[in-house]
Amino acid sequence: MAIKGFISFTLRKVLAAIITIIAITCVNFVIFRMAPGDPIRMMFRDPRVSAEQMQQVRIKFGLDKPLSGQFLAYMKELPKGNLGISFWQKRPVLEVIADRVPQTLLLVVTALVIAIIFGTLLGAMAGWKSGTRFDSIVLSVSLAVYSIPTFAMGLVLLLIFAFFLSVFPLGGISTPASGYTGIRQILDVLWHMVLPAISIIFWYVGEYVLLTRSSMIDVMGKDYITTARAKGLKESTVRRGHALRNALLPVVTMTGVNFAFAIGGVIEAETVFSWPGVGRLVYDAVMKRDYPLLQGIFLVFAVSVVLLNLVVDLIYGYIDPRIKVGGEKEVG
Amino acid sequence: MKGIREKFSKFTGFFSILWTHRMGRAGLIIFALFAIMALFAPFLRTVDPGRTGEVVNILQPPSLTFWLGTDDLARDIWSQVIYGSRMSLLIGFLAGALSIFIGSLIGLLAGFYGGKVEEVLMRFVDFFMMLPELPLMIVLAAMLGPSIWNIILVVSIVNWPTTARVVRSQVLSLKERAFVEASRCIGASDSYLIFREILPNVVPIIFAQAVLMVTWAIYSESVLSFLGLGDPTTITWGMMLNFAFESGAMSRAVWWVLPPIVSIVTLILGFTFFGTAVSDVMKPGYKEKLGL
Repeated sequence: MAIKGFISFTLRKVLAAIITIIAITCVNFVIFRMAPGDPIRMMFRDPRVSAEQMQQVRIKFGLDKPLSGQFLAYMKELPKGNLGISFWQKRPVLEVIADRVPQTLLLVVTALVIAIIFGTLLGAMAGWKSGTRFDSIVLSVSLAVYSIPTFAMGLVLLLIFAFFLSVFPLGGISTPASGYTGIRQILDVLWHMVLPAISIIFWYVGEYVLLTRSSMIDVMGKDYITTARAKGLKESTVRRGHALRNALLPVVTMTGVNFAFAIGGVIEAETVFSWPGVGRLVYDAVMKRDYPLLQGIFLVFAVSVVLLNLVVDLIYGYIDPRIKVGGEKEVG
Repeated sequence: MKGIREKFSKFTGFFSILWTHRMGRAGLIIFALFAIMALFAPFLRTVDPGRTGEVVNILQPPSLTFWLGTDDLARDIWSQVIYGSRMSLLIGFLAGALSIFIGSLIGLLAGFYGGKVEEVLMRFVDFFMMLPELPLMIVLAAMLGPSIWNIILVVSIVNWPTTARVVRSQVLSLKERAFVEASRCIGASDSYLIFREILPNVVPIIFAQAVLMVTWAIYSESVLSFLGLGDPTTITWGMMLNFAFESGAMSRAVWWVLPPIVSIVTLILGFTFFGTAVSDVMKPGYKEKLGL
């Protein structure tokens, strides 16, 4: 029974994700046809390029066809992984993006893991001691940190630690032409990662503290905490075994949603520190007016958010008994 | 007349309660400072902020003529910061208002009508919430071209769905209440029920949401401008940072970078404090605690 329910729950979630992805691809196409003016004109902002040459390029990119034809071609090529050719790098878009994915994953996973650990621990402690001096300090600091845009934090860190103190590099992922190998190379990359990671971590620590704190305060008003205390359990047992465990549930759900936000932070941090990832690629694509590349990156970001949310939903549906797997309903 | 006075005293009453909250007070003071800066910008500036100066004045450190120094085009930083507050507040409030308008309308309709209407509208909301915010804003801003009106449009298009969700869930519980039922029985029209009976009761939630939206709009504008998607002819704090970052002269001119950063962070912090205070004050039992 439960297994059958879980399968139908999974199928429904997967189907919804597929529909969302199809909708995203359509939206993606529409957005990029909204641009005023001719993309080929913008590509060659040089009046000396003749009309014939431009026509040739137009045929090459399939822009001579009517809009419906363009849409069909786009939908036909997408499943093959053809996202078009980057104006700027003159290479397939997918290839350009794929080259940058590992660096971004390294940065974002490291930063988020650290932020989640620190944020939930601090938040749980503050929530447990809510109303005390410790709590109000943690709360104000979190709100303050939460109000600093990642790029602004990055610029400040860059000024202090890279320009003035010179303890960390100005940007990039490795020392150019250092010839480091093995452990030296890994340390070099980590050394380059410190500042961009910190500028992402700050904001997310703030966010996770606020989330866990309010969730903890919520849970502490519940009857089962009173029951646990009434049973004569030790405070630390109640805190860890009963309160924290339940307080973390909404935090877990937020992790999927937060990933979408994390993309924002990554774009800002990578831009400030010239970290060669997908985020910096967004900035470069904007600066170079490379629309096919921008379109491709947006698609990759959007689809990965959908997939990640699907995974979180499925795991959550599996773990949390409160979600009725048969007729799943909003959990408020 | 009596109605207006009553509403006014309700309004001032709300602010005097906010004043009792430490964060509310801090937020109001910060907001007032920036509002004064924006309103009296022409009197506070020392030099025309857009005017490029003489070559000798390029990247000058703070002095009596240039209170916060100059940038690489010899423009006065102090005057740019002053005018920047105008843009941040303008964009923040307009984008906030637009997204609140769209979100509230969708939330009211979805919650009130239910059924198919709700299904379709909420699917739409869910879909929008799934899209990664900053990339979507970047893509739209890049496509629409650089202008502050486009930034306002983009920020509101991307940020309305949370409001729709919050308003809808509030409407769902309100529409079953007796006073709505009573009006319905007398034969009140749908639009009367929505805008006269339900809307006034959703206003507090919309207000709390509006503070959040304005904060987000200011935040988003600074990021988009920093990433080079703003209008280069309009001075905003994000744009100043974009120029400084692109110029490569950041390390030689701290006075160029710090004032816009401090301004952005202080203003956003003010709104965050204010928002926290608003949601605290709205919790049941806050007034009683004060003995009011």
